[in-house]
Amino acid sequence: MYMYYGITMVFFTVFWVCHIYIYINNMTLFIFYHVSYQNVTPFLCIIIALHSVEYHVLPCDICIINCILLLQVTVRDALNQAMDEELERDERVFLLGEEVAQYDGAYKVSRGLWKKYGDKRIIDTPITEMGFAGIAVGAAMAGLRPICEFMTFNFSMQAIDQVINSAAKTYYMSAGRQSVPIVFRGPNGASAGVAAQHSQCFAAWYGHCPGLKVVSPWSAEDARGLLKSAIRDDNPVVFLENELMYGVPFEMSEESQSKDFLIPIGKAKIERQGNHITVVSHSRMVSLCLDAAAVLAKEGIECEVINMRTIRPLDAEAIETSVMKTNHLITVEGGWPQFGVGGEILARIMEGPAFNYLDAPAVRVTGVDIPMPYAKILEDNSVPQIKDIIFSVKKTLNA
Amino acid sequence: IYRMMQTIRRMELKADQLYKQKIIRGFCHLYDGQEACAVGIETGINLSDHLITAYRAHGYTLTRGGTVREIMAELTGRRGGIAKGKGGSMHMYTKHFYGGNGIVGAQVPLGAGVALACKYLGNNEICVCLYGDGAANQGQIFETYNMASLWKLPCIFICENNKYGMGTSVERASTSTHYFKKGDFIPGLRMDGMDVLCVREATKFAAEHCRSGKGPILMELQTYRYHGHSMSDPGISYRTREEIQEVRSKSDPISMLKDRMLSNNMASVEELKEIDVEVRKEIEEAAQFATTDPEPPLEDLCN
Repeated sequence: MYMYYGITMVFFTVFWVCHIYIYINNMTLFIFYHVSYQNVTPFLCIIIALHSVEYHVLPCDICIINCILLLQVTVRDALNQAMDEELERDERVFLLGEEVAQYDGAYKVSRGLWKKYGDKRIIDTPITEMGFAGIAVGAAMAGLRPICEFMTFNFSMQAIDQVINSAAKTYYMSAGRQSVPIVFRGPNGASAGVAAQHSQCFAAWYGHCPGLKVVSPWSAEDARGLLKSAIRDDNPVVFLENELMYGVPFEMSEESQSKDFLIPIGKAKIERQGNHITVVSHSRMVSLCLDAAAVLAKEGIECEVINMRTIRPLDAEAIETSVMKTNHLITVEGGWPQFGVGGEILARIMEGPAFNYLDAPAVRVTGVDIPMPYAKILEDNSVPQIKDIIFSVKKTLNA
Repeated sequence: IYRMMQTIRRMELKADQLYKQKIIRGFCHLYDGQEACAVGIETGINLSDHLITAYRAHGYTLTRGGTVREIMAELTGRRGGIAKGKGGSMHMYTKHFYGGNGIVGAQVPLGAGVALACKYLGNNEICVCLYGDGAANQGQIFETYNMASLWKLPCIFICENNKYGMGTSVERASTSTHYFKKGDFIPGLRMDGMDVLCVREATKFAAEHCRSGKGPILMELQTYRYHGHSMSDPGISYRTREEIQEVRSKSDPISMLKDRMLSNNMASVEELKEIDVEVRKEIEEAAQFATTDPEPPLEDLCN
């Protein structure tokens, strides 16, 4: 994947040198593509073709641009496509939440869906989380497959009784008689400048509860495959997105474009192989871990970066296998330190076979134990930064 | 109808006995006195319709298709219980019956959700969504009234007003005790919840209203429970024995029906007595099963 991208970049660079004028105009189209959030690639081909005369673009430029454009999908679009495809595939799937229909989604994740599917399947709700979450759970009990959007997971606290007591516990309490095939989704964790009441991470809270599956995607591919799996899962799934990741483009493989592309819930992914230390993370923090790993690689430290993908059930085996290879472990998360995701991972490592392989105590890198402040300098220092990860890695390795 | 009410009455009294013998443990909220509500409602709807209620649910579990055996075995926590011993008194489920819900008021949005599914699937079914006078002030209920009314969900909201929310009388809990009016734009009816035929006719009316696409409707059933809030509540610290006695003698739902049937020559004394005997037998057998059936196997713990 990276190699393919590299080759196209080489070609692109060569032609870029020769066609600077054309490059500038094409980049405008490139940016336009991302900003518009629509899957207009075929349309774009025509635009480029029409403009090619004007901008003296060579046919190969068009191919390269199209190739690059085709493979780049933002997390937002991936989520949108996943929902679109699942809505199409199963009549019982529907979406409800605040502003999901006519507003196209508070963060535009459900853009275009109301236009396509109408009032019956894309439902705007009043600002009554406890009520509409309960209604969604009831609909799931009666045989539908709702996607219940919380504008952010901070507001899910209003409805948390319905998520835990009505959704999560019911399958067990009814001895398997009553299932609740619902997905609760929405942005989780810190955003930018939204302050304390809008920045909490709920991975640990929901990860604590039996009866729920809790998923935390990082890349566009994660978002697509995991959301599809979540919708098709007969259990209640809490799907923790990240607002800062919505606009980030990722390469998507050919295979991941298939309508039946599913990523299994409960399996982590090794995003980067390494031998010196295991770095476990989820959601946006994976980006920072990979950036930190790139910096550390220059100093000869090879990090193995694991993207958890799922919080519950936790893929302890993947982490253990890695730790048994690298002998060192740190966890990185945006949430608060006490009773958190990192705490659980460390406890599992202690209790499992990997403990004997540790050459140093495992360490957690987390958000600071305070309500999120507003001022940028304070906010920036309330969540892990690349330098914090680098510091932790080095400290663990030198211990 | 008579048999069903008598069965509920006998079953609840048996449960009282078993609880005092410590064979049933935990929470046990008994329904005796309110039989006319459960039975009247069930006869006003179809089995294919849906129903959800709170924790005083044994009567509804029966009317919705559960057997006395399964219910009692669930109360005693045995593997033959309707939820295999995993749910207990408050978490019993049958087809189109969604419990049995422990959190006060939480079942109301759930019920509206079921109604949404009925409308979505276009199956002409409705959902009966019950709650008590204690729950009636819950915020989520008002949230639900709004959405049910906005989206015209085929939902019958029913408030079983037995005059006490645990130990708090309605006068001490609500500024307005006109529970049937709390639905704002949702039309509301209030009726005698001790008269099973009245409940039946009202339910039929309400069901027709919902099925015709007019949206939700609200019913307040004025009823009474003989037992305390639960088995740990003697029920006499916040009300007088005289009050309970008066209801028993003047407005007992089973007696009222019996008198009506006899005075209209719909049944003879012997026929009713025969039913009573059969019911007692059924309850005895069920209790026998419930006390002898083994507990769930440990393997079931994580299954």
